[in-house]
Amino acid sequence: MSDNSDGQAYWKANLRLVGLCMVIWALASFGFAILLRPLISGIAVGGTDLGFWFAQQGSILVFLVLIFFYAWRMNSLDREHGVDEE
Amino acid sequence: MDQTTLNFIVVGASFALYFGIAIWARAASTSEFYAAGRGVNPIVNGMATAADWMSAASFISMAGLIAFVGYNNSLFLMGWTGGYVLMAMLLAPYLRKFGKFTVPEFVGDRYYSNAARVVAVICLIVISVTYVIGQMRGAGIAFSRFLEIDIEAGLFTAGAVVFVYAVLGGMKGITYTQVAQYCVLITAYTIPAIFISLNLTGNPIPGLGLFSTMAEGQAGAGQHLLVVLDGLLTDLGFREYTATTNPWLMALYTLSLMIGTAGLPHVIIRFFTVPRVADARWSAGWALVFIALLYLTAPAVGAMARLNITTTMWPAGLEGEAVAQDELPDWFETWQVTGLLGVEDKNGDGRIQYYNDANPAMAELAAERGWEGNELVTFNRDILVLANPEIAQLPGWVIALIAAGGIAAALSTAAGLLLAISSAISHDLIKSVYNPEISERGELIAARISMAVAICVAVYLGLNPPGFAAQVVALAFGLAAATLFPTLMMGIFSKRMNAPGAVAGMLAGLISTCLYLFLFLGWFFIPGTAMLDSSQYLFGIPPTHFGPIGAVFNFVVAYFVSRATAAPPEHIQELVESVRIPRGAAGAVSH
Repeated sequence: MSDNSDGQAYWKANLRLVGLCMVIWALASFGFAILLRPLISGIAVGGTDLGFWFAQQGSILVFLVLIFFYAWRMNSLDREHGVDEE
Repeated sequence: MDQTTLNFIVVGASFALYFGIAIWARAASTSEFYAAGRGVNPIVNGMATAADWMSAASFISMAGLIAFVGYNNSLFLMGWTGGYVLMAMLLAPYLRKFGKFTVPEFVGDRYYSNAARVVAVICLIVISVTYVIGQMRGAGIAFSRFLEIDIEAGLFTAGAVVFVYAVLGGMKGITYTQVAQYCVLITAYTIPAIFISLNLTGNPIPGLGLFSTMAEGQAGAGQHLLVVLDGLLTDLGFREYTATTNPWLMALYTLSLMIGTAGLPHVIIRFFTVPRVADARWSAGWALVFIALLYLTAPAVGAMARLNITTTMWPAGLEGEAVAQDELPDWFETWQVTGLLGVEDKNGDGRIQYYNDANPAMAELAAERGWEGNELVTFNRDILVLANPEIAQLPGWVIALIAAGGIAAALSTAAGLLLAISSAISHDLIKSVYNPEISERGELIAARISMAVAICVAVYLGLNPPGFAAQVVALAFGLAAATLFPTLMMGIFSKRMNAPGAVAGMLAGLISTCLYLFLFLGWFFIPGTAMLDSSQYLFGIPPTHFGPIGAVFNFVVAYFVSRATAAPPEHIQELVESVRIPRGAAGAVSH
């Protein structure tokens, strides 16, 4: 860590990123797939509604994208703040 | 050559492969035994994690679990994958940076307390032992079903195979065997699914086929598969496939499985095997890629198999006659022998009527057409995966591959659990608490002996399962969610969290979860000792869904106790600072 304030900034950036990812994570699973399903039931997908698709396929795909996005963003944040592994 | 001989050859070949890997990947140091020398490529670790995670239940039972209930049981798909998001962002990279070997070791060092370490070991052992009983049972059943030997002989064989590569190679042997096991199980799972999807919808990707229209020549051609399935099921008096019942309970159960997944020690320790923190982040993504290959296929397998079996029973639709008993397909006959399918011609008309006789709305139609109850009397949910190759009319070697795949799924998960148990004993109890002076060589011997003992105990418990086999998985997930996950997370995200807070929190999670389970399911699951029944659920919450509530107890108790007691010492706050940044992870390799 170059200095303490940069370490603080790095940790804050990490928490913001994790927070954003958690919101999307919750929205794709608890939201669209379960609790908000009635709200989006008008959108038809393959013989059923969008909520059903989220429950059986979409949520898992969103999780995948989220983890890779997080890994990519964090690995570049490490370098920006000079805390990466040499 | 008959099918059993072919099964023996394919399963035997897979064992030869595992033994070859075991000899190649012998562990020479404790670092290799506990963490595969931290030299595992992140993609390879992702594959091993997928095999570690996907048990016999995922492989054999999950498609059926979804197919018999439909939409509501999507919670298993989301719960058992969504936990990886939590693990990737809240636990795995930081614990890898910490650079030690076991989960209780982080708890003990971070909370500078052997009491915290021992409580974590107890939680780990309760979680992993309850989980491993199911795996040993699953392996025994897979052996007996495919190789036509007793469950007991199957259990001993499973124990012996795991013994060879787990005792010899520790984490290193287990890692590379799990990679081979993943390849076997995913091939076995997807080949029949692709053929069935092609046949029904013309789409080779089952996850897309599920949302496609039926192919030419199929019943309901041109209509969507799910529309056809919904129609058939409602006509037969079953619940509509895509219908919702209680969304709040579904969300709570999903959350319970997600937090529980993230807190399972045998999965967390897999992320200790990669070289760098950045690799731990990527590796969680790769793990989910390999898991998703099966999890995206499973709902399609379930729905398509249910459709196939229903149309087999009603070849001319519900308006036509039911299938005649002597015209049932060959695979139906084969599986009847195993007792997973069973028919009984109750009204003696030589035909088998399959419908929901528990639905009062069907009584009128039944009376009118002379049905005297559902005649497909046994319809085991596991059949949906097991009979798939035969339904798709695939050759015998694919059926043998399903046998090898089911066994691989059970063995890979059992081995991962056994390593988590044995490393907690040899590293956390023997090395950290009982005899800190033990030499590297002595600890490696202790690790091998702990592994051997753990395998013997697991085989014994598999042979004599406590009478609560069905409830134990709920206990494992509930406890992981209520004890280890909050404690690990607070250890990373709160510098102020101290030893009294963590110990009180873990105990609050452990006791509240056990109490809720025991009150409704019986003390220590002993039948007849339950003190409350399902009408008395607190806010209607079943014990299986309790994990997140136990986790809340843990967080709240830990917060207040830590605020009322002294802040952790300076060097612990520095430790938390260092866990939060990746720099310096390489230095922690040589432990």
